[in-house]
Amino acid sequence: MAEAKYETHEYDVVVIGAGGAGLRAAVEASANGVKTALVCKSLLGKAHTVMAEGGIAAAMGNVYPEDNWKVHFRDTMRGGKLLNNWRMAQIHAQEAPDRVLELEEWGALFDRTKDGLILQRDFGGHRYARLAHVGDRTGLEMIRTLQQHAVHKGIDVYMECNLQRLLTDGGKVSGAFGYWRESGKFILFKCKAVVLATGGGGKAWKVTSNSWEYTGDGVTMAADVGADLMDMEFMQFHPTGMVWPPSVRGILVTEGVRGDGGTLKNTKNERFMFNYIPDFFKAETAETIEEAERWYDDKRNNRRTPDLLPRDEVARAINSEVKAGRGTPHGGVFLDIASRRPADYIRRRLPSMYHQFKELADVDITKESMEVGPTCHYAMGGVRVDADTTATTVPGLFAAGEVAAGLHGANRLGGNSLSDLLVFGRRAGLYAAEYCKAHTGGVNVNYDQVDGYAHELLAPFETEDGENPYTIHSDLQQCMQELVGIIRTESELRQALEIIQQFKRRTKNVKVEGNRHYNPGWHLALDLHSLLTFAEAATLAAIERKESRGGHTRDDFPNTDAKFAKVNIIVRKKAGELSLAQEPLPEMPDELKALLEENK
Amino acid sequence: MAEQLVHMRVWRGDAGGGEFKDYRIAMGEGMVVLDVIHAIQAQQANDLAVRWNCKAGKCGSCSAEVNGKPRLMCMTRMNIFEPGETITVSPMRTFPIIRDLVTDVSFNFQKAKEIPAFKPKPKEADGTRRMYQEDIDRVQEFHKCIECFLCQNVCHVIRDHDDNKPAFSGPRLFVRLASLEMHPLDSNDRIELMKQKAGLGYCNITKCCTEVCPEHIHITDNAIIPLKERVVDRYYDPIAKLLGLFSTKNR
Repeated sequence: MAEAKYETHEYDVVVIGAGGAGLRAAVEASANGVKTALVCKSLLGKAHTVMAEGGIAAAMGNVYPEDNWKVHFRDTMRGGKLLNNWRMAQIHAQEAPDRVLELEEWGALFDRTKDGLILQRDFGGHRYARLAHVGDRTGLEMIRTLQQHAVHKGIDVYMECNLQRLLTDGGKVSGAFGYWRESGKFILFKCKAVVLATGGGGKAWKVTSNSWEYTGDGVTMAADVGADLMDMEFMQFHPTGMVWPPSVRGILVTEGVRGDGGTLKNTKNERFMFNYIPDFFKAETAETIEEAERWYDDKRNNRRTPDLLPRDEVARAINSEVKAGRGTPHGGVFLDIASRRPADYIRRRLPSMYHQFKELADVDITKESMEVGPTCHYAMGGVRVDADTTATTVPGLFAAGEVAAGLHGANRLGGNSLSDLLVFGRRAGLYAAEYCKAHTGGVNVNYDQVDGYAHELLAPFETEDGENPYTIHSDLQQCMQELVGIIRTESELRQALEIIQQFKRRTKNVKVEGNRHYNPGWHLALDLHSLLTFAEAATLAAIERKESRGGHTRDDFPNTDAKFAKVNIIVRKKAGELSLAQEPLPEMPDELKALLEENK
Repeated sequence: MAEQLVHMRVWRGDAGGGEFKDYRIAMGEGMVVLDVIHAIQAQQANDLAVRWNCKAGKCGSCSAEVNGKPRLMCMTRMNIFEPGETITVSPMRTFPIIRDLVTDVSFNFQKAKEIPAFKPKPKEADGTRRMYQEDIDRVQEFHKCIECFLCQNVCHVIRDHDDNKPAFSGPRLFVRLASLEMHPLDSNDRIELMKQKAGLGYCNITKCCTEVCPEHIHITDNAIIPLKERVVDRYYDPIAKLLGLFSTKNR
């Protein structure tokens, strides 16, 4: 009997990924009375959320009472160069404060104001100090709180379990299929709904802040069953990653350093960000050092320092400084907080940065400047979702967090990711549960299809004289770094596309040593499928958008183009090939349009 | 500059047994032990099993024993060793082997389930939750824990005594218990659990856990000892005991 071949579990909702979005989705689905499983590739509590540092953006108004959801909405839209899905940006800004307070009900301990409320810190692109935080380890607090809450709610967790394929029946989700990392044995979930919470695909680039898990699984699984992808051209290069020594290149340096008073300088000791203020942000950015300095303490009468322009602007500026020969010998610029804030303040506000530089780079950030440069950090694009319900274009498939597209438009503001995870993680769990309740029939699994997937997953063991998966991965990272990086041009993008086709052919001949028992070589060989899909979709979309906007900068089209301001680039898989379409943005209601014009 | 090779001995095997294997890898500037392990994986042993995620000391996945000392591989710089020194990397000893450097740490997740959840007190009259920084500083120290389980690994109560595991939760869970017990909003009572099921009494405060904590949490002084004091106050307070005896006599 076909069924007996695979370890099989039945649920209403299967949540894939146990970072902030997955955990929050599982908690909500379970609370709504449907049988829920949470499946993750690593141990519980190790997902990428744990590395988030700066904070959760939420207009609680604890530090600046004049802050509210309307200002947060405006900042998010402008940060995303107005390409955001307006409804997602509205929901996000409205619901984020409640989601933060909810974490407090579940045991989280944020840093406090003098009045005993949750303290909020400054971050790039946010008009007011808005980020609820715990020093510079906010992600750890968030994931541990959610993890413990989920555990106490008795949610079934499948750890070190890697789901690789979605199953569908008549166009609707019917399950998911993958393997246990420990035993290498297959596992099959039969379910009515799947919530993708798998994060992005930054591991396709060489200099990246992303961990091994960021292989684009969710985007690929969704595309493989016909779901639309959107905005794949927009990759965020975080302006401040470590650049030296080489072994740590790409590790994140929180924007909180600049939020708490740090500034960027070139080797001529110039605060060069004052030379890179774009017209779009001129009205809200300080033009002189004096005004910028006053702004830290008096935001009502002064404009924000250009050190805290949105990330796309700062990353491009650093890139230009280095190209102009004003960078450090290691190819970065200086980030200085040592000369600007007292040592005990730095150690208290930024303990993990202090620790990280001290241990990994022999740099004492209370005494010396850090050397920083851009690092691949976040995918704004991903699976296209309905703004209210997080439903994808495939019935029964939902997506939340980095894997989903829309909220952040062309560029995400710092702090808006953790709030995204909470707001849309909850909604994904809620609407997946509702979907299950509305679909009372059973689900069918096509076992011929499953057998086919099992065969695909084992293929690397059959190859003789094949190629090492680590070599292909490293070549892909090199290719994306050089040809689909911060600054792009059509000829290089087309070259990347050709090379990706070669990688696909090479991946068919990938060879794995050893057996199925906890074998990282095999796991990477399988991840190449999703890494390549992610890379190809990002490259195709980047060719299609012939303008520069947010996290997509074209050397051959250096300006924004009004024509492209009105469309999203959609990528779909048809007959095994990725195809492109331009589709109009949803029309924003006038009352929200008015908010964008206020207090420019 | 001549390429410098590092000699690393890595334990390879599974629950059925294994042995140390020798690898020689070219060194790069600033490398940590985990970089060398990754280089071995990419160049010489594609199937070498190891856990890792953040590579920045924030997730606590890459715990192992380096030259016999429990450490995070991602935060152990190669330049702390003598040039030419052979470096030995083995899995954590306290947990069952899965494969190579990967161990079965499910013990810790099981113990975490046994701790009663956070249960907040009612809100303030104005609907807020007011807590002051000075009241939460000590709990925030415990929240720094990245669950690397190195403290569990080094704890002699369970390191060579599997038989103690059912009755002992270990330092990581004592830190968790302390974080709940000292949380200004929590209203649950876990004193009996600490005394009975969690086996707090087994700890004889040798501070091995504190020494290996990569987050520098003062596990023994700030978590375990205050918890022990709470247990003593409840169960062994001489005045309460006298009163208890007195009331029994009168009954």
